[in-house]
Order: sequence, then C-alpha cells, then structure tokens
Amino acid sequence: MVNALFGGVLIGGAATLFFWLNGRIAGVSSVIAGLLFSKDRMWPALFILGIVAGAAIFYALGGSAPVPRTNFPAWLLAIAGVLVGFGTALARGCTSGHGVCGLGRLSLRSLVATLTFLSVGLLTTFVMRHIFGVI
Amino acid sequence: MTNIVTLVTGLIFGLGLALSGMTHPEKVLGFLDMAGQWNPSLLFVLGGAVSVALAGFQVITKLTKPVLVATFLVTEATNIDRPLVIGSSLFGIGWGISGYCPGPAIALLAAPNWELWIFLPAMLLGYALQHYLSRPSHQASTVLDKSPSCG
Repeated sequence: MVNALFGGVLIGGAATLFFWLNGRIAGVSSVIAGLLFSKDRMWPALFILGIVAGAAIFYALGGSAPVPRTNFPAWLLAIAGVLVGFGTALARGCTSGHGVCGLGRLSLRSLVATLTFLSVGLLTTFVMRHIFGVI
Repeated sequence: MTNIVTLVTGLIFGLGLALSGMTHPEKVLGFLDMAGQWNPSLLFVLGGAVSVALAGFQVITKLTKPVLVATFLVTEATNIDRPLVIGSSLFGIGWGISGYCPGPAIALLAAPNWELWIFLPAMLLGYALQHYLSRPSHQASTVLDKSPSCG
C-alpha cells in the first residue's frame, strides 16, 4: 500500500513538473500518438525513453517485475490491445491524461472520461471473471 | 533544457508506474474485480497521483506561462461528445479484459514478457486504426496534431 501510494505520488509529481516546466500534459496515449503520427517526434520519444528507463531502474534495484499469466488467452490480449489503443486515441486520453492530469485540471471532459473507463472496466472485469471464468 | 526535463519527468513517471504496481495486470484486475478478492492498492495509486496533480495544477494554471516554454499546450476542448464516451468505453473494455493501460504497457518494455509482445503491438495497431479512420473527417487528426495535450 505504501508502494502504491508513493508510486502514485511520483506519477502525479512527474505530471505536475512536466506541466510546470514544459507546459505539456503527461498523457501516455497522446505521447504514443505523437510519436507515431505527429511531426514533432522528439519529445514523445524522450518521454517514452524516460518511462522505460524509470521502470528499468526499479527492476534493476530488485523491484518485482510482473509474472505473466500462463493460461490467459493470447487472442483476448490482442483484442484488448486494439481496444485500448483505439479507445484512448478516440477519447484523446487514458488513465494518465484524463485520469491524472485532466482531473488535476478539474476538466469535466476528463471526469466523464475517467468515470466511463472506470465503470466500463469494472463491468468488463466482472463479466470476464465471473461469467466467462477468464482469470 | 526542455529535452532534459522531458527525459527526467518521463523517468520519474516510469519509476512511479513500476513502484505503484500498475505494471502488474493482476493487481489492476484485482482492483477492478470488486466481486472477487478486492485489491484496493490501485485506489492508493490513483489517489496519490490525483491529489498531487490536483494541488500542483491548481497553482500552475494561475501562472501566465510555463517555466521553460512560451505557452501551456492544453487542449481547448471542453465538450462531452460521442468520441469521448465511446472511446473511453472501448478503453474500459480493453483495460477490464487485460489489466493493461497505455503507460504500464510502455513501462513494461523494461521487463517484457509474452503478454506484452502481444498486447503492445495490438495497442499500436489500435492507434494506427483510429488515426487512419479519422483522416477523411480531418477534424480529429488536426486536433491531435495541434494539441497533443490530453491523455
């Protein structure tokens, strides 16, 4: 719980610093879309490099890396990946852009987005686990 | 200087994602699965992140400009429209199935496993699909180009 809280503080702190110094929103789905399709690819590339480096430092210092599930269907992961990419691109934001930065800016748009993906996520997990039995 | 800031804030962000446990899909799904053995840790991640951002952003938005560049790059969009709700719903379905959202999927490149090698390319395909489908209407892609500002 302490790790979860402190990790959250680092995420919120990084987003705040980035906005204060560089004036940009640290939203990962926009960063990815920026890297893939915008003309200014420099900053998205650096931000993504930073994210990977930060996680690499944590794992290098002995932080626990996730253990992959063995029986989880690969086709479901593929469908989920497409939905996450397509959906966050369409909504112009994900957990970080709408959920952290948007709520921080008191944006109603981001509040609607966050409540939507949270409630649909809760419902989907319920259906997947308790109706279809996929864990 | 802005480049160094981008790299370092990205690094803190990635460290936070890994430390918080967001890169562990079983923790994310444990949080979303309220009917099962509920894992509240994600509540602490979101609570910590949103409280810091809320405090920080409220102060920063009163400034006339950011420290290192001329203007804040924030979307002007305030409308609650269909793409916002449909997109967030599709994201919620994908998140609820897999336990991955975009940030952790990127952070996991530091410790990749077979799940990531399926999820990440599929997610990138999702971005590409949306990008090319939104092209004829033109509106959406220009908004994206001008203000990579949310999400």
